[in-house]
Amino acid sequence: MRMTPAVELADVSFGYRPGQRVLEGVTLRLGEGEFVAVAGPNGGGKTTLVRLILGLERPADGRALLFGEPAHRFSQRRTLGYLAQRLELGGDAPATVREVVSAGRLAAGRLIGPGRRRDRELVAEAIERVGLSERADAPLRTLSGGQQQRAFIAKALAGEPSLLVLDEPTTGVDAESQESLAALLDRLHSELGVTIVYVSHEFGAVERFVQRLVLVRRTIIFDGSPQELPGIWHDPSHIHA
Amino acid sequence: MRLALGAGIVIGVLAPAVGFFLVQRRQSLIGDGIGHVAFAGVAAGILLDVSPVLTALIAAVLGGVVIEVLRSRGGTAGDQALALVFYTGIAVGVVLVSTAGALNVDLFQYLFGSILTVTRTDLVLIAALGAVGLATVGLLYRALAAVVVDEEGARVAGVPIGGLNIAVAALAAVTVALSMRVVGILLVAALMVLPVSAAGRIAWSMRSTFVLAMGIGLGSALIGLTISYYADLPPGGTIVLVAAAVFGVAVAVSAARGR
Repeated sequence: MRMTPAVELADVSFGYRPGQRVLEGVTLRLGEGEFVAVAGPNGGGKTTLVRLILGLERPADGRALLFGEPAHRFSQRRTLGYLAQRLELGGDAPATVREVVSAGRLAAGRLIGPGRRRDRELVAEAIERVGLSERADAPLRTLSGGQQQRAFIAKALAGEPSLLVLDEPTTGVDAESQESLAALLDRLHSELGVTIVYVSHEFGAVERFVQRLVLVRRTIIFDGSPQELPGIWHDPSHIHA
Repeated sequence: MRLALGAGIVIGVLAPAVGFFLVQRRQSLIGDGIGHVAFAGVAAGILLDVSPVLTALIAAVLGGVVIEVLRSRGGTAGDQALALVFYTGIAVGVVLVSTAGALNVDLFQYLFGSILTVTRTDLVLIAALGAVGLATVGLLYRALAAVVVDEEGARVAGVPIGGLNIAVAALAAVTVALSMRVVGILLVAALMVLPVSAAGRIAWSMRSTFVLAMGIGLGSALIGLTISYYADLPPGGTIVLVAAAVFGVAVAVSAARGR
């Protein structure tokens, strides 16, 4: 029996304006439990691909499915974890790690009134998983870039997601923290079995952890194991050419 | 004076409680825009000889919802549409007030606040709607805070962002309409913003910012009204100057702590 894929894009094209094509003829199938890196040059359509996967945009042509349902009206949205590109808090309030992570329980818990004990337990568990227990009540702005990204990953985990999508999670993070973040994602993938889509303009940090690498430049130009990737393409600057 | 203090207590707490979510989402001036629309409501009330507070409330809520819908569209067109709502609101107000022949000192009580004009009926309305507003903020705090932290993530997870944003706009509108008797339409937005900005400088979490902001708002309203009463000064301006002074102190404290 064929399992329903977590993500299925079938001959998808998309543009933000009539006549424009940011993505063209994209066909992609991601199975449940896969850890996939999606890479490509800036402006190559990665973030648009993410928005189509998550149902935030509808394809101009083709179809986008999440767990077998049309992505734009997916009924189990609370099972989606998303770490947006360059996430930063909007205002002046010094949100703590715990407050940020608690925000991730909202969709899975109740919308109105105080959180339940179960919510608080899952928040504490998510903070522990990313190794921030000792900084749980510290304002996020006092943490390093890498630690802040960990906090936002914990926020996504707090909702107990089936699919975790991270858009450029290493932007503004030093090389050591990038390695550490990639190792964390590998461990979470092994422990939780969650499907992870890691989107970045370069894939060096996660290359040894992911089972599959997808390169996007308007369409999919490579889809396979990182080991199958021609040597020259391991230089991320190559795909800009 | 006692009626004004009663109203000041409600508004001092409600304005920063609602303003907290506007400031965190970088929408500090939305309250100002709603005030422009509320002015048209006041003018309609004067012209039709019905309670200006009631007509301002209706106009502000409608204006707040329209502003939120336009804002959510984003882009340049959305920005220009917001400006259109702001200026149309004040223009309609001026024309209606002029038509009613009320372009005089009576209008000042709505623009700048007036202690002496707060009636028992006003206080009952302010207390009742203020309690509803605060209860709504309390019930929605977790959801609204989650949207502040990561609106896009919440949208992906299926949180009804549109409904929550409309709720904030409606709460802001109610706050503007209720506050105009004490602070005045032109200054109500300051009471929604300054206490929150001050609290953010010295607080240690979102929740503590929220609570401190309400404390600063309450203190500013009570101290400002008292000074206004004894020094015969306009209450709106005095309250806002007290809040601005607290903001200055908070900035100094924050600088001294090296944050």
